[in-house]
Amino acid sequence: MSADPDLIARAIASLGPVLPEQPAPSGAPSWRWPAWLLGALPPLAALALIEAAVRLGWIAPHLLPAPSEVALALARMVRDGQLAQHVLASSLRVAAGFALGAALAVLFGALVGLSATAAAVLTPSFQALRAIPSLAWVPLLLLWLGIDEASKVALIAIGAFFPVYMGVASGFRDVDRKLVEVARLRGLGRVALARRVLLPAALPALLTGLRNGLSLAWMFMVAAELIAASRGLGYLLTDGRETGRADLVLAAIVLLALLGKLSDGGMAALERRALHWRDSFGGAA
Amino acid sequence: MSLLTVTVREKRFAREAVHAIQGQAGERPPVLQDVRFELVPGEVLGVVGASGCGKSTLLRIVAGLDPDFDGEVRLDGRARRGPDRDIGVVFQEPRLFPWLTVAENVGFDLGQGHDEAWVATLLREVGLGDLGHALPRQLSGGQAQRAAIARALYTRPRVLLLDEPFSALDAFTRMRLQDLVRDVARAHGTSLLLVTHDIEEAVLLGDRVLVLGSAPGRIVREIGVALRHPRGRGSAEVSALRSRVLSALESVG
Repeated sequence: MSADPDLIARAIASLGPVLPEQPAPSGAPSWRWPAWLLGALPPLAALALIEAAVRLGWIAPHLLPAPSEVALALARMVRDGQLAQHVLASSLRVAAGFALGAALAVLFGALVGLSATAAAVLTPSFQALRAIPSLAWVPLLLLWLGIDEASKVALIAIGAFFPVYMGVASGFRDVDRKLVEVARLRGLGRVALARRVLLPAALPALLTGLRNGLSLAWMFMVAAELIAASRGLGYLLTDGRETGRADLVLAAIVLLALLGKLSDGGMAALERRALHWRDSFGGAA
Repeated sequence: MSLLTVTVREKRFAREAVHAIQGQAGERPPVLQDVRFELVPGEVLGVVGASGCGKSTLLRIVAGLDPDFDGEVRLDGRARRGPDRDIGVVFQEPRLFPWLTVAENVGFDLGQGHDEAWVATLLREVGLGDLGHALPRQLSGGQAQRAAIARALYTRPRVLLLDEPFSALDAFTRMRLQDLVRDVARAHGTSLLLVTHDIEEAVLLGDRVLVLGSAPGRIVREIGVALRHPRGRGSAEVSALRSRVLSALESVG
């Protein structure tokens, strides 16, 4: 059993903020605490404290189970295949909803960013729609699409749409006029201009939008699954609450953190690759 | 025979632009009025004037980036509106695409790919022979402006327009690039239209110098520079001409 808290600690440590590595000032001792270890200290200390508090009987285990219990619950779910099932169901919903929402957002964002007419026609409506808290759509989605996959994917798509749309629209709108002039001097037409100048110039804002959209997609997936689902991490949360299993609830939370961090890390890597040319703080080669 | 004939009877900015700058309605004072000049093949024409006299606007008109003016730009006798591949432009800033390598920037053109041998030749000429694969962020200010000069020459233009191209560079780099521009222009037989606020630069490079007055921008004096190249910086002749241009500028206020 002693290995299990360790496992969780490592998992949680990987979620901690990654501090930029700082060069040791000259004159200071040459060996310093590595940044990842420093970042891991608070969660590790908290886990150790909780473990001790529960075992000493200071905290009721049915309210806050010991980290080792949560790890055990996770291990059990891995063994009987439940975990893979839940993770797969949730991930597929996020993927479908995010793909749908982001694709529409890139389309409309590019339209609004590239055409002043389209911006005049569409921007007020999108501003109004954006002002609606996305969860307010839930009853309508349930009425229209039922409680099956369609309504969940639609809700996730709505959640992912706006950050991506805003990023794409502002990215295209804010392209440097001076670069556009260089392309005009070469006689580039509208399509070539959009593909070869506007798109690469808007890429940083576009990728930031996609990254924000993806993290919101995970959030809306949980909301959708809390409302009605028979599989998925949101279902696991509901199930844990209904059966009084705080360890299941915490296990689901840990999994959500892991998956969110994993997908965000993937997006960040994509961003670094696509934007290697950028001359910015922290982006230098 | 004249290569480039520029006639700007009048240039006013649209109401909105004036609105935004001055915050008042109705008035649209002309930026340029009755500016006419010619450029013969191989000639270097300097244009000097106080800041805000419309020299950059004039250059944008010649480049075809501002078609909204009363007048015409003739190249080889043909009236032109809009950009032309026979007219290259070097801006005050390098304006390199940050996502393309130096070579890709120089060869940026219609269609895919570029003439690699020609790009390599140009890069060698401007002294960037081994930086073709570098990204713009890895270049110094002077190197970036060298790349911009190479890019402007890529379409083999017959006229090169330069809009205060060295004003953001340090004195030493500026001197090196002034010599470079003169050399490559001579090597390619390219005419230069050099807009600058640096009087010495105009006198050092130009065969003629036009002095622009402001509000509205108009030609107040044309001064011929009948000096052999290379012209010594700080030589007596250059200093004398520099004083003449300066007093012409001062006389218009």
